[in-house]
Amino acid sequence: MAVDVATVRKVAHLARIKTPEERLEPLAQELNGILAWIEQLNEVDVSGVEPMTSNVAQPLRLRDDVVTDGAKVDAVLSNAPKSADGFFVVPKVVE
Amino acid sequence: MTDLTKLTLKAAIDGLKARDFSSEEITKAFVANIDAANPKLNAYVVQTTDKALDMARASDARLAKGEGGALEGAPLGIKDLFCTDGVQTTAGSNMLRGFVPPYESTVTSNLWADGAVMLGKLNMDEFAMGSSNETSAYGSVVNPWKSKASNADLTPGGSSGGSASAVAGDLCLAATASDTGGSIRQPAAFTGTVGIKPTYGRASRFGMVAFASSLDQAGPITRTVEDAAIMLRSMCSFDLKDSTSLDVETPDWTASLGKGVKGLRIGVPKEYVVDGMPTEIQALWDQGVQWLKAAGAEIVEISLPHTKYALPTYYIVAPAEASSNLARYDGMRFGHRAGEAKSLTDLYETSRAEGFGKEVQRRLTIGAYVLSAGFYDAYYVRALKVRRRIAEDFDNVWGKVDAILTPSTPSAAFALGDKQIDPLQMYLNDIFTVTANLAGLPGISVPAGVDSGGLPLGLQVIGKALDEATVFQVADVLEQAAGFTARPDKWW
Repeated sequence: MAVDVATVRKVAHLARIKTPEERLEPLAQELNGILAWIEQLNEVDVSGVEPMTSNVAQPLRLRDDVVTDGAKVDAVLSNAPKSADGFFVVPKVVE
Repeated sequence: MTDLTKLTLKAAIDGLKARDFSSEEITKAFVANIDAANPKLNAYVVQTTDKALDMARASDARLAKGEGGALEGAPLGIKDLFCTDGVQTTAGSNMLRGFVPPYESTVTSNLWADGAVMLGKLNMDEFAMGSSNETSAYGSVVNPWKSKASNADLTPGGSSGGSASAVAGDLCLAATASDTGGSIRQPAAFTGTVGIKPTYGRASRFGMVAFASSLDQAGPITRTVEDAAIMLRSMCSFDLKDSTSLDVETPDWTASLGKGVKGLRIGVPKEYVVDGMPTEIQALWDQGVQWLKAAGAEIVEISLPHTKYALPTYYIVAPAEASSNLARYDGMRFGHRAGEAKSLTDLYETSRAEGFGKEVQRRLTIGAYVLSAGFYDAYYVRALKVRRRIAEDFDNVWGKVDAILTPSTPSAAFALGDKQIDPLQMYLNDIFTVTANLAGLPGISVPAGVDSGGLPLGLQVIGKALDEATVFQVADVLEQAAGFTARPDKWW
């Protein structure tokens, strides 16, 4: 499954990383190199094998649905690129 | 007078407790070393000297009253992956430059509760993605070791390159590190230090900047196996803030030391003999087998048939998880935000293009690709199935062996810049370590010898889940047998 420039452009957009046109071709080559190497996984018989999503055998714990933390507006905003009056300030997104 | 910075963690803790020297003295000695060495080694990205001295004086006050925790007064370095309250934490990325967490990671909280002193934050590959510490936004870390054959600056390995360089270069007593595919064990092997990745779930991931959450695990880099046992115990705990934290007791692993390996069955996996492996690595491995045999262990040849698929599996699973984890860096709530943008999407894309370095962008792109519609089943789901095959390989041998012995890395430390052209060459560094991450098993690297250039080489011991005790038991015997005392000549 060779990746072409159009696919790389689409995937870079999916990843929300602005990628200049001249970078697409080299990136396609790098990805093709890595993907060709990954192809060897097709040799493995995985029929009937459940996908392994975790190393932890225990079921996920549940906790009571109660507030345990909060009222930390200043801490939450302390690393915001921009904030005002206790809110994050973001660029206008609706014209 | 003894150079306090050359002590083992254990000797330093004992000396502090006996009040042979103060925490302030040993802390100042390390600060002086860092001030002198850091322009060359680039191990620390932030020094917290004032904070260190405050912590040291508080420790001295506790020690004077006969109080204090397991690490009381011991100066440590902290990988820049661990959030530290009020101290910049960037994971080696421009994306997080200036980020000052208003909270503390569980692992570092545990260390401070035990009385440890923080010297500063240690350099690392950006978001822990790298095997040479060359992807850091702060530049490469330099290995204190040099080959007799060349004066070239060598990599300390990665991603915990700053941690390994600092421990080997006498810039801290011990350091925290993290391991997603080998990022504790490979740098330890490259710098003549000990590094252990515990069982997945032993150390809390809360406050540890996420890379690939099903693989990420914290652990220490230290000078000796005993030091690793002491550090690891302090770092580990059950934590409700991490949904995959294991509710298990953290044992005193120093109890494993001196037990010997008589009667233990040690597996030697035939699939770990790889093409192009230097004869010196094979010879070291053979030597390790002889040492354990001489100490009374039974050596068992085993087969882990899916070993060759571990790295390709990792390079699907880890980028996929990273692409999901790093979606949080959108330039809105924290992290870098681009100055100019034409639209919201443009703002996301520009912020991320400016904030992330090349290797991170490469892996996020791979991750987005293998998760995208039409490729999800062919790549991602298949990789998860192969991952289970790899884990089952280990399950199938635990009836026959108690631990597994392998080399830690396929080579000694290489020169900075050597493997930057081809990402695949760089990825192969983790060939012996990545299986333990995929299967969630504990693995330790112990310095066991040197190559023809005098550079350190490591042996790895892999154990059953939650059986760090046996891992330490075997590592202790290897350490005693190897009698590894070589130190880098000070050139910095």
